[in-house]
Amino acid sequence: MANLASDPSRSPLESGSKGLFKSELTKRYRIDTVFSAAAWIAVTLLVLVLAVLIGDVLLDGASRLSWDFLTSFPSRKAERAGLLSALVGTIWVMLIVAVVSFPLGVGAGIYLEEFAEDSWFARVIEININNLAGVPSIIYGLLGLQVFVRWMQPITGGRSILSGALTLALLILPVVIVATRESLRAVPDSLRQAGFALGATRWQVVCNQVFPIALPGILTGTILALSRAIGETAPLIMIGALTFISFLPKSVQDPFTVLPIQIFNWVSRPQAAFHNNSAAGIIVLLGVLLLMNSSAVLLRNYLQKRH
Amino acid sequence: MSVLPVNDTSLWKPARILNRRIELAVKLVFGLFALVSVATTIGIIATLIFETFEFFQEVSIVNFLTDDKWTPLFSSGKFGIFVLVSATVMLSGIAIAVALPLGLLSAICLSEYASPKVRSILKPLLEILAGIPSVVFGYFALLLVTPSLQSLLEWLLMVFPFLQSYVPKLEGFNALSAGMVLGIAITPLVASLSEDAISAVPQSLRDGAYALGATKRETIISVVLPAALSGIVSSVILAVSRAIGETMIVTLAAGQNPRLGLNPFVPVMAMTAFIVQASLGDTPAGSLAYRTIYAVGMSLFVLTLILNIFSFWFVRRFREKYD
Repeated sequence: MANLASDPSRSPLESGSKGLFKSELTKRYRIDTVFSAAAWIAVTLLVLVLAVLIGDVLLDGASRLSWDFLTSFPSRKAERAGLLSALVGTIWVMLIVAVVSFPLGVGAGIYLEEFAEDSWFARVIEININNLAGVPSIIYGLLGLQVFVRWMQPITGGRSILSGALTLALLILPVVIVATRESLRAVPDSLRQAGFALGATRWQVVCNQVFPIALPGILTGTILALSRAIGETAPLIMIGALTFISFLPKSVQDPFTVLPIQIFNWVSRPQAAFHNNSAAGIIVLLGVLLLMNSSAVLLRNYLQKRH
Repeated sequence: MSVLPVNDTSLWKPARILNRRIELAVKLVFGLFALVSVATTIGIIATLIFETFEFFQEVSIVNFLTDDKWTPLFSSGKFGIFVLVSATVMLSGIAIAVALPLGLLSAICLSEYASPKVRSILKPLLEILAGIPSVVFGYFALLLVTPSLQSLLEWLLMVFPFLQSYVPKLEGFNALSAGMVLGIAITPLVASLSEDAISAVPQSLRDGAYALGATKRETIISVVLPAALSGIVSSVILAVSRAIGETMIVTLAAGQNPRLGLNPFVPVMAMTAFIVQASLGDTPAGSLAYRTIYAVGMSLFVLTLILNIFSFWFVRRFREKYD
């Protein structure tokens, strides 16, 4: 320090290693580079994991993928086993989930967004929906097992398509409600006020003005929620979807299996041949998901263009 | 004005009474629909409490909390829930050790480093990763990650033989690969919620830090991240809660052996894995096994509920508001 004072040729800013303030820009920039590299590596790693995952599944399963695989029932022999009952089960379940959760979720969303006053009742429902979204899916399975499989057995037929679909419908209900509310909130208030000014009732305004504009968003949200339900395994295992179904269901009260459960069953067998089957099943499942997600995007674009 | 048939009400009937009735009916029906979500919550809590209560009629709560064995399906059953909890905690711990650095760094990369164009490619890719069903991750953990880790360990032992006494053999079912893949599965959640929190930090704060001479990394670490801390912490808590409730990965890849301890190289049984295993077997309603499922479910529900409430509280308490 004494040195600094006695050397007037050096300004305090340049005092460098000896001074009070060391800017050390080279070193700091070097750490900056390392940090940004770490950030990029993290993202790249995630993308890489996705690529490896899909590549591995394709590599293991592509050879098993055939028309026969899609149209055969499960079998004890891996090379003769197929996905038919799981595929049909998934379609049944998804249709019922859509039919149940869409009106319920959209109705509840419309009520909360357009009709409910800011009362304690609305607040309770709101907090409740937030909490439900954090409940593990397997807990919904426990609910379904007790309520739909046991108590409502005369209606649902026990461990049936209907029980599974109702359980999944409850699971995605919060997602549909939230999507509905967000789409409704995005509709400008001036439209509603214009409707009221023309003498329309609240329901007429909602039904004729607001809802058609919010519909693309609602549909997209619902399809995304359904695609989450398609991949759900745990709740359906809970309510007792079987893995070995060698017939096609005739009514909603019949026992069933779905794609993820069939995959789960094949993965948990020790033989490698069944593992290839499960990889092929995963390809089909991911294909269905891709189809649904892209149809959601296309639908949204199409409907948005019309308005 | 004679053109307008003012008195001819046949042309324009407001039907006010009918409209009012429709309005009321719609309000009633949709209100009932909204109540379904409340009924779901009540149903979940009621069934869990009811069956758990029955369970504790047969098994004392002290044994449930203090036993060090979990053998519910034996005749002399032991019900030490902490055997399952320890496995769940270890799995979630490994998962968050993977998801926190990966997720947070990805969030920083997406919001601070990536150009809008790169971001618009990367973001959907992360969304695809988030949308992959957990049974697929289970397949991945059991049939790709575990064998790869096993050969990696073998190779390590071959190159460094002195490690032999330190590194145990990795078994076919283990907490390590299940936990790592679980971490990958929850990383998109951490990344997207943290990114929302980071993007919400106003640009003026960054500009202030730059004006003081901070580099980009210094700005991010000492200004942006502290400002977004509440959102980041809550995203991590939600991710832990998701990891605890995650079922298929831990059922497929971590094994079915209830054992107390934190050894990630051997098979363990998580809470969710027990629920699946027990319900795959024959558990007639009203039996002790059936009630055990609900008792474990109740523990799981309480654990995740506490985490979720804590996360909401944390955001509310520590959120920095800029506007």
